[in-house]
Amino acid sequence: MDFSSINLPLAVLLPLMGAGLTVWAAHFHRVASAWLAGLVTLLALLALLPSLLAVFAGETLIQSWAWLPAMGLDLAFRLDGLGALFALMILVIGLLVILYARYYLSSKDSMGRFFAYLLLFMGSMLGVVLSENLLQLMVFWEMTSLSSFLLISYWTHRSDARQGARMALAVTGGGGLALLAGILLLGQMAGSYNLSDVLLAGDQIRAHSWYLPALVLIALGVFTKSAQFPFHFWLPNAMAAPTPVSAYLHSATMVKAGIFLLARFFPVLSGTPEWSWLIGSVGMLTLLIGAYTALFQHDLKGLLAYSTISHLGLITLLFGLGTELAAVAALFHIINHATFKASLFMVAGIIDHETGSRDMRRINGLLKYMPHTAVLAMIASAAMAGVPLLNGFLSKEMFFDQAVVASNTSMWAWVIPALATLAGVFSVAYSLRFIHDVFFNGEPINLPKTPHEPPRFMRIPVDVLVVLCLAVGMLPMFTVAPLLAVAVQGTLQAPPPEYSLAVWHGLNVPLLMSVIALLGGVAVYVVRQPLFTLYEERVKGQQLRHVYDWMLENLQAFARFVTQWFDRGSLQDVLFWVLGFTLLAGLAGFLSSTAPLLGGRELLPLDGVSLAVGSTLILASLLSVVLHRERLVALVVLGAVGLVVSLAFVKFSAPDLALTQLSVEIVTVVLLMLALYFLPQYTPRISSVWRKWRDGLLAGALGLGAALLALAVMTRDTATPLADYFLANSVPGGGGKNVVNVILVDFRGFDTLGEIAVLALAGLGIFALLQQIKLYVPTEDSGGRAWSAEANPFILQMFSRILFPLMLMVAVYVFLRGHNLPGGGFIAGLIAALAIVLQNLANGIAWTAQRLRFDMHQWLAGGLLVAAGTGLVAMALGYPFLTSAFTHVHWPLVGDFELASAMFFDTGVFLVVVGATVMILVELGKLSRVGASIPKEGA
Amino acid sequence: MMELLIALSIGVLVACGVYLVLRASTFPVVMGLTLLSYATNLFLFAMGRLAIGVPAVIRPDATVYADPLPQALVLTAIVIAFGMTAFAIVLALKARGETGSDHVDGEVDS
Repeated sequence: MDFSSINLPLAVLLPLMGAGLTVWAAHFHRVASAWLAGLVTLLALLALLPSLLAVFAGETLIQSWAWLPAMGLDLAFRLDGLGALFALMILVIGLLVILYARYYLSSKDSMGRFFAYLLLFMGSMLGVVLSENLLQLMVFWEMTSLSSFLLISYWTHRSDARQGARMALAVTGGGGLALLAGILLLGQMAGSYNLSDVLLAGDQIRAHSWYLPALVLIALGVFTKSAQFPFHFWLPNAMAAPTPVSAYLHSATMVKAGIFLLARFFPVLSGTPEWSWLIGSVGMLTLLIGAYTALFQHDLKGLLAYSTISHLGLITLLFGLGTELAAVAALFHIINHATFKASLFMVAGIIDHETGSRDMRRINGLLKYMPHTAVLAMIASAAMAGVPLLNGFLSKEMFFDQAVVASNTSMWAWVIPALATLAGVFSVAYSLRFIHDVFFNGEPINLPKTPHEPPRFMRIPVDVLVVLCLAVGMLPMFTVAPLLAVAVQGTLQAPPPEYSLAVWHGLNVPLLMSVIALLGGVAVYVVRQPLFTLYEERVKGQQLRHVYDWMLENLQAFARFVTQWFDRGSLQDVLFWVLGFTLLAGLAGFLSSTAPLLGGRELLPLDGVSLAVGSTLILASLLSVVLHRERLVALVVLGAVGLVVSLAFVKFSAPDLALTQLSVEIVTVVLLMLALYFLPQYTPRISSVWRKWRDGLLAGALGLGAALLALAVMTRDTATPLADYFLANSVPGGGGKNVVNVILVDFRGFDTLGEIAVLALAGLGIFALLQQIKLYVPTEDSGGRAWSAEANPFILQMFSRILFPLMLMVAVYVFLRGHNLPGGGFIAGLIAALAIVLQNLANGIAWTAQRLRFDMHQWLAGGLLVAAGTGLVAMALGYPFLTSAFTHVHWPLVGDFELASAMFFDTGVFLVVVGATVMILVELGKLSRVGASIPKEGA
Repeated sequence: MMELLIALSIGVLVACGVYLVLRASTFPVVMGLTLLSYATNLFLFAMGRLAIGVPAVIRPDATVYADPLPQALVLTAIVIAFGMTAFAIVLALKARGETGSDHVDGEVDS
């Protein structure tokens, strides 16, 4: 396995693992976490480098491992031109953001946490753009939503941060659900969840009857993630995040994930009228609304947020136009927007950092306080406005050109270039506001700090990005051209169309539109005051976030309403509902079946003894209900029921079950008896007559249903006898004649491992519950007689001590023969536990603890280790987990003896059963001795 | 007719268990859980059909066996049910210590 075959997953895993490391590094020095985050990002970039070179040479790399092939889920990574473009943006801008954030965060902010979240996001985002398998992509997609939630709510003490984070998660998470459904449909239509197959199945998918639902669902995922109308409102509210987060997630990368999907599925889904209408019109609406609203924001970051929405709308619109050249323009604008918008957010962060405010009505005339930053901001804003010689101009020209081309498609399509120009006008106006309001326009008003230039290294990321804006804007052929070319090829999955990146295309319609936009923008900005007043009066209150809030409030009210009905904090009510619905579900099953109730299987004859024993069971059960107020009596009757159940197992050829039931019955009664000491001896009458009737009817109906169901099954023959397999393979495959035990320790060993883990956890849980428990210790019994403080009865003491070695010997015997005769780890464990418990009961816990110095925690841990270790040994030898092996050895005296690896597993079972049982009973028993120091009943 | 007797037993166990589980005090609820686990175990066991006097382990001379799969399932279920019963009763003890009440909902006026 050489490096070039695993480097794609490695690049994704590096940031994800680095997230944990940064938290650890922050314990030593807070800045160490920043260095580590930067280092991890560089390493991820280095890991991708050889593959990037291959992609630039025209290759598409796929690295995949089968995961759940039956479900179409592979662990599969892919790097093509589109993935390369996004991976580069994520890592390079990520690196700049890390450098910037190291200076941005104040000494009160936890750096370790911040960089851990940031790396978590970076890894998830890389996972999205590098996934070959669509289901895997979906997992990373949800991870970006989650890490974005953590980043927005980074300042957890601020309520706007918490609300913004919740809103972002609700909107993008909801969209994620729609996307999942869409991708499932897509995978079903293409017959595979691997992108390579899906990308080739375009014609088949577009002709499929599921095309439209799949398109709508995927579009919902895209629109929510990329803040398209009408889901755009979460993005401005996400601006409560620290500014490096806004620069990284909410302008350069995460909001582009939706756009990425549009590009990814462009060859598959585009080219239909549905695509153009849905994607194109939403993009156009978003473009206009975003550009218009941005002008009226007084918050610096608010302006940039709406501007981002508008530019995302522009890119969406371009993809919606559906032509190859429009896709080129869209990809080009993705690159340009990432550079100028990230730098603008960083500038906004610097201004916030150095002046203490983001309100443009107060921040004025900063040019003389921070000239360097001002120049950077002006260049980046000009790029955003689409001023010539900057990168934004080039892609905007391409956009205008495509708008003009689209205007030929139908009679009404002339509105496309018209609206595009209108959006251009507003975009120039808000860019101008960003420059004029902040850096000119008089003196600052009442700022908390005196503004000055930021630390040098905080500005370097902005320097780098602005230089990129200029370089791409003036020399596109020598800078961005190769990257754009592979990205186009990766998106279209075809050779790129002819396009020109020249700065000057001659006098043409797009240039005219640019000029109109520039002049119009200046004009709008000049007359802004009346427009502001109009906006404040008419538009401002009508925001979509009010709709969202309204929906959320009603949803919560509805949830409260439903919960009040079903859950009034009462176990009795909850149980009644659960059991009632069980009855209804069973009833529905019975009523929908047309088969006769009874089958034709030959019934077994009934003999007198069985009838008597069976009647005992029924009478004892009923008696335990009738007598349930007298708890001790009811408990004795309950014990009788359990004994009869074990007799039933004897009768019906299940000796293993009979042995287990018998021993469990004894420990259960001992346990309940111990517990009853601390509980009231009698149950008070609480339930009303009405409730008793209600419960009684429900109980009767459920009992009738269970009886009929059991009868229906038992009177039929088994259709597919699974038993045959186990009976046939028990001796040759598992090396044991006791099939029940072979199933437990071999065929279904994994289940058993889970079950003993549950038992161990129950034991530990009880141990934890009993620590520092407050108990009501009775001083007298129910008859008013004082509890005897006498030592344990002498005869029992003597007998129990003689019995102890005998019981242990029986346990060992039952254990050893378990593979071939009734017995095994469970039963032997219960017998051994009974032996130990008997000593405790007869001789007292202190006496026993002195002589049997075992820590039951170690038995539990040891048992689980032995059982799991047996499985791991099999793995180490190259077999699946818990594969067993066996051999026959000849022991002198004992004779021919079979040694199976399953026996080690059974030893683990034995240890856990003994450990859990003894721990539960002894811990409970101990309590009665310390009871004297605890409040008495009735006190 | 043996099947009818077992079905009847299962039905009675379920009915008694459900009635006790719906009571308001902790101890009857735990007893109800125990009865319900008997019922469930018998029910699962019966899914392998009843067989009287057939061998439980592989023997060269035997052709008919009891179904081992439900038996294996029920065997662990019995042990797990013990763990659950123990946990429930200790929870009841803890609840009484914390709330001062033996009521399942922690109501003091019991």
